[in-house]
Amino acid sequence: MNAHPRAVEAAAPILDVRGVSLSFKGVKAISDLSFSVVRGEICALIGPNGAGKSSLLNVLNGVYVPASGEIVFNGEHFRQIEPLAAARRGIARTFQNNALFKKMSVLDNVLTGLARHTRTGFLAQALRLPGARREEAELRERAEAILEFLELQPYRDLTVGNLAYGIQKRVELGRALVSAPTLLLLDEPLAGMNAHEKAEMSEFVFGINRHLGITVVLIEHDVGIVMNLSGHVVVLDYGRKIGDGTPAEVASNADVISAYLGTVH
Amino acid sequence: MNLFLETLIGGLLAGTMYSLVAIGFVLIYKASGVFNFAQGSILLFAALTFVTLLEQGLPFAAALAVTILILILGAILIERTVLRPLANRSPMTLFMATLGLSYVVEGAAQGLMGAQVHALDLGIEDVPIFIGDVLISQFDLVAAATAVALALVLALLFNNTRIGISLRAVADDTRAALSIGINLNRIWQIVWAVAGIVGLVAGMLWGARQGIQFSLSLVVLKALPVLIIGGFTSIGGAIVGGLIVGAAENLAETYVGPYIGGGITPWFPYFLAIAFLYIRPAGLFGERTLERV
Amino acid sequence: MTHVSQTLSSSAPLAPLTLPARRPRLALPALLLLAFVAVPLVGNDYWLGAILVPFLILSLAGLGLNLLTGYAGQTSLGSGGFMAVGAFATFGFVVHGGLPLPVAVFLAGLVTAGAGLLFGLPSDRIKGFYLMVSSLAAQFFFEWLFQKFPWFYNYGSSGTIALPRFEIFGLNAGSALGRYYVTLAVVAVLTWIAANLVRSQTGRSFMAIRDMDTAAAVIGIPVYRTKVLAFAVSSFYLGIAGALWAFVYLGSASVQSFGISRSFQVLFIIIIGGMGSISGNFIGAAFISLLPLAIDYTAQYFFAGHVDAGLLQNTQKAIFGVLIIWFLIKEPDGLARLFRNLGERLSNWPLRF
Repeated sequence: MNAHPRAVEAAAPILDVRGVSLSFKGVKAISDLSFSVVRGEICALIGPNGAGKSSLLNVLNGVYVPASGEIVFNGEHFRQIEPLAAARRGIARTFQNNALFKKMSVLDNVLTGLARHTRTGFLAQALRLPGARREEAELRERAEAILEFLELQPYRDLTVGNLAYGIQKRVELGRALVSAPTLLLLDEPLAGMNAHEKAEMSEFVFGINRHLGITVVLIEHDVGIVMNLSGHVVVLDYGRKIGDGTPAEVASNADVISAYLGTVH
Repeated sequence: MNLFLETLIGGLLAGTMYSLVAIGFVLIYKASGVFNFAQGSILLFAALTFVTLLEQGLPFAAALAVTILILILGAILIERTVLRPLANRSPMTLFMATLGLSYVVEGAAQGLMGAQVHALDLGIEDVPIFIGDVLISQFDLVAAATAVALALVLALLFNNTRIGISLRAVADDTRAALSIGINLNRIWQIVWAVAGIVGLVAGMLWGARQGIQFSLSLVVLKALPVLIIGGFTSIGGAIVGGLIVGAAENLAETYVGPYIGGGITPWFPYFLAIAFLYIRPAGLFGERTLERV
Repeated sequence: MTHVSQTLSSSAPLAPLTLPARRPRLALPALLLLAFVAVPLVGNDYWLGAILVPFLILSLAGLGLNLLTGYAGQTSLGSGGFMAVGAFATFGFVVHGGLPLPVAVFLAGLVTAGAGLLFGLPSDRIKGFYLMVSSLAAQFFFEWLFQKFPWFYNYGSSGTIALPRFEIFGLNAGSALGRYYVTLAVVAVLTWIAANLVRSQTGRSFMAIRDMDTAAAVIGIPVYRTKVLAFAVSSFYLGIAGALWAFVYLGSASVQSFGISRSFQVLFIIIIGGMGSISGNFIGAAFISLLPLAIDYTAQYFFAGHVDAGLLQNTQKAIFGVLIIWFLIKEPDGLARLFRNLGERLSNWPLRF
């Protein structure tokens, strides 16, 4: 994992969302949304259910095609981006309801995350040519290191579909992380966890950002954790941005308070 | 021009037979999400049972009644022994189970009733008649009328009976249907029985034309492109798909066939279906489900 | 050896209990020794030529389909059609191209891979059941093609293709033993390659697409390219299997040897043996080869001669069907899983009472 020279590019945005709108069958999910993510930060997206947070992540890595607007990632401008192209540029992603390969083992799941780093062709792999063997050994080493880092070693050979939900979330994080992404999108990484698991997972996310220098955009409902973990918070409501700033700024923003408290009818 | 019209009409009429087979498919798919590969074997079984009873000296109506009874019992048996144990399994598993089922039904049908060809006389004369100056098979006309009548009856049943409404509820949202107390197992039994009866009608018509024999079960392979084109979930689609396939394969055989050796009807509908899929990935009338992540 | 590892794992109570046992390293060499040395010593011509050769070729065909369906998750009912391509292409390379048989078979594999690739192209737009239509298109198209155009069977009268028996590496491939060794060698090499493939990044990409193709794209797997590759590799195997079936097992073949019922047979092999398993293909093929024998034997034994052939055949068909359904209900992962569970229980036997 190559750490980024944070000091030099500290204020440079790695991701710039400009006027993005998205609708499903005429219903607007995101309206004219703009915000920036600075390289090396943890940016949290918060907002009530249906605010368009997951949809936004899906736009960022190309699962959904926005109706208008553009995305600037690492200096490249995109009207839309294919999922594969996003992955190859270093955007990795976890899903709200886990999108793991259920019949494969933990180690194999993590290894699939290395697809974009595979150089040898299928023929070399099928014939176990020296190049392919060397590469496979390297890939395994990287995957093992990730398992070690996320404390997943005890589960490495187990089938993912049979594991507890919290462990599955960690495997999915591992699969995203192993590709050495420059931008990591986490969709509710703490959902459905107990307090202990949440604390553990927050530790991992913090470590990934601090020690590996990976920029993180995450969606989370637990405002307490968000305020601790992230340096930048963007608040969405009904597909619009209603707040953007440091946790302290956002917490004192009148619109945000009314959106959160106002949802109680 | 006459040749064209005759080819077209002949194809459309033959297509109604494909529609009949496809309707049985759609019923089952709608109610249980099962892609029933055994529909062809059930058709063979039904027709073979019917003709065997006739040959044993039963009058037409009695043979029909007994066959229907057997089909209903068969549906209950299939639901108990195959569908119920496999509930909640992946659609692919269920499909493969119906492949196995088709072997059981074919083996049983031919093992019990023999593999020879049975002639079936429904009393419809198979003589061509002139309408204007276009030559049309009278038999095809009767068959087409039967197919249309059957589809209308099914549509009426679906829209106006309690069972029909429950069935649509199940097709729409199985979980919600369960929660309001609809007995899913009963629905499956009914649907498989109805699909069997539709198969019986189709089998009688096909059988009267070409004799009742093993090859009848292969019509399932004809119905597949029909379903792809019409969509798996629409009876109207099954009818339109059948007409399209019937007409297109007849036209292709007449106008394109001679240039490439002829006999292209076994594969032509599949290529047609692939072409359709490129234009409408869920068929003409199928509902496109949005993939959500 | 197993004792050491078991004391180790039992002394680490924190490790999860379900850690799968490492496969004993001796199994594969033992199996090869058995197949190459012991079997030829005890087997007679009937067993070698009429049971084991077709068993091995069907295992190979199962392996081909399993790569596509069991590993990459793309259903196909066109196995028979692709086997036909392999057989007829081999025949063409020998008769029209004058190539030696081994070269012709290899090239025919490549031609079949190309054909598979072609019929895999719609997999970008068509998924699940809908994709089956593409493989059926292949099945019926090739059946038609090789029947309609006499060039493919060199203008023979009955549409059959046949090649003179050959000799390879000093082995007379006309004898049952020779045919057994040729088949065994080809199947062993191709099985080794398939086993490598499914344990490689490519194999993991296959399985990722099978389990969830949206997620596969998001993590950087080129989904479409991988699917098409699966079609091509699978068809290569089926093509070789078809060539062996025609010229090493049957000696002469026609399109009828590769009809849709062949496709079903190959599909049943992988359902019974186990989807997504290499050994399952052999187990499934063994099952499908031996069951008819067992039924025949039983019928002979109990009703000696009183059962007519047609009834026997239909009974066999119905039994197959019942077994398919039974397997899907009881052991959806096939006999391979059943055997593995059994093996694990046996290897743990002294510890678990």
